[in-house]
Amino acid sequence: MVRTRLCPSPTRTTSPKPWTISELSTEHMSAPTGPSASPLKPSTSTPAIILCGIFGVKYLSHLMLTCMMNWISLNMLPILTQKTIKFDFCRHHRRWVAEKLGADATSKELEFTKKILSLDAKNYHAWSHRQWVLQALGGWEDELDYCRQLLEDDIFNNSAWNQRYFVVTRSPLLGGLEAMRESEVNYTVEAIIANPENESPWRYLRGLYKGDTQSLVNDPQISSVCLKVLSTKSNHVFALSTLLDLICHGFQPSQEFKNAIDALKTPDSDPPDSGLAKAVCSILEHVDPMRVNYWTWRKSKLPAQAA
Amino acid sequence: MGELEAEKHVQYILSVEKKKDDFESVVMEHLRMNGAYWGLATLDILGKLEIVDPDEVVSWIMTCQHECGGFGGNIGHDPHILYTLSAVQILALFDRLNVLDIEKVSKYVSGLQNEDGSFSGDMWGEVDTRFSYIAICCLSLLHRLDKINVEKAVNYIVSCKNLDGGFGCTPGGESHAGQIFCCVGALAITGSLHHIDKDLLGWWLCERQVKSGGLNGRPEKLPDVCYSWWVLSSLIMIDRVHWIDKEKLVKFILDCQDKEKGGISDRPDDAVDVFHTYFGVAGLSLLEYPGLKAIDPAYALPVDVVNRIFFGR
Repeated sequence: MVRTRLCPSPTRTTSPKPWTISELSTEHMSAPTGPSASPLKPSTSTPAIILCGIFGVKYLSHLMLTCMMNWISLNMLPILTQKTIKFDFCRHHRRWVAEKLGADATSKELEFTKKILSLDAKNYHAWSHRQWVLQALGGWEDELDYCRQLLEDDIFNNSAWNQRYFVVTRSPLLGGLEAMRESEVNYTVEAIIANPENESPWRYLRGLYKGDTQSLVNDPQISSVCLKVLSTKSNHVFALSTLLDLICHGFQPSQEFKNAIDALKTPDSDPPDSGLAKAVCSILEHVDPMRVNYWTWRKSKLPAQAA
Repeated sequence: MGELEAEKHVQYILSVEKKKDDFESVVMEHLRMNGAYWGLATLDILGKLEIVDPDEVVSWIMTCQHECGGFGGNIGHDPHILYTLSAVQILALFDRLNVLDIEKVSKYVSGLQNEDGSFSGDMWGEVDTRFSYIAICCLSLLHRLDKINVEKAVNYIVSCKNLDGGFGCTPGGESHAGQIFCCVGALAITGSLHHIDKDLLGWWLCERQVKSGGLNGRPEKLPDVCYSWWVLSSLIMIDRVHWIDKEKLVKFILDCQDKEKGGISDRPDDAVDVFHTYFGVAGLSLLEYPGLKAIDPAYALPVDVVNRIFFGR
């Protein structure tokens, strides 16, 4: 049998040697106006001859090497087996150069990672680099919208959900987690209803209540999205596990919840006077058999009031 | 269920060792040190390390060492913490740690710790929790953990913990099973597992098992044999491995073998490589597949090698 697809290469961190700023000697300069005291930061649109003049041949060949590496990464990917040459080929080297260029590099670096992510939307190193750029150089303005776009392309993209959380919690332009909570809950609930089997928005939802379990339990939107999903035909696992956690933290389910759970019970259920949480665990043992040991353990650990 | 084609995998690994001029070998030339560790560790787990001449390997390893004490991925390649750990691990397999100038290697590794407790991979400064694990694992094997600020190292790792209980490469980085292995391993070696919410992380990890029985590394990604190591060893270190379906995982790994030519791939019917061969066999060892040497989940070395290093037996 012929096996053709090469496995993705393991993570590499080759580091072509960048020159330090001290090595970019002004003695090499032949700028049009003669040697100058302070090296200027070149914009990437600066003609090559001026780049040569300002920073010397070493920097230019360096930039060319980077560009060549990036061209290979971006353009050869569809030709060579995908993921054979990974972005991390010269990721850190790019970061070193970008650091020297400062804020001028921001939009270029964000654009660069965008290109990588358009080919591989979950590329771990691209996301790591993008997070570094935002924190070191800025450019937060359009990031939430970028996350929205990516999630429109693929609502299951866990990296985009993680980035959304990164922006909501760290962007200096938004009001912080609590200020963003309401709008984010609305956004997430919509995503859950569209695809209740999607793990990411369920986790994101809990993340929005970071450290504040009581608010999570008290927010009617959380419990009601559980109920909504439980009333549909399938994909109940995350709704059940979220409801279980709510009950364990003091949520008092109404009759509507009890009816929804009753409808999901299996013939060999626990006795009728068992608590709702126990019933939820039993259902989970049945609908998520891969993790039966986990749900059995959860059942054994129910707090007294929930059991 | 199929069987482990141990003999075929041994032949496959030996054939990879010989190849130096084909496309794949050339593309991977710079990480041959890692490849050697994956291949040799697999042979040891399969009980076949004695067919390799240790002198030749040790001599090649030492030619990869630089003045600074660090090791490159191959002769003439720059030193990096990644290859330094693999070099130390290979020497440990062969019980040849005595060839090392331990102070020199320890100085290289400990010199890569930053002010905030994190570790860089090399002199150019990339920071990643992978390097935290590598530094801690390496120095622990050399009995030189006291050369770093362990408390700061642990604090940095904890700062990379996410709300789902997992860990990323840097603070705010997406939880990823590979990074989780590194963070949990580092915390295990430094006696700091109390920083982990084991129930929460255990749940995230057991959710990595998909219908086929294989494990992925993040939500909604495809299963990959290498996660049989990273997810599994993490679960073992936090004592939650019973939360996955072990039998289904064994079947998945066995289905990833090339039963004709040997070697294991990332998922069934893909091309094999030594990386996935190691993680598949190591994963089976963790699952107590018969006929395999036991492997330590934190040090990623056979238990008898770890015992030799720490207990002299």
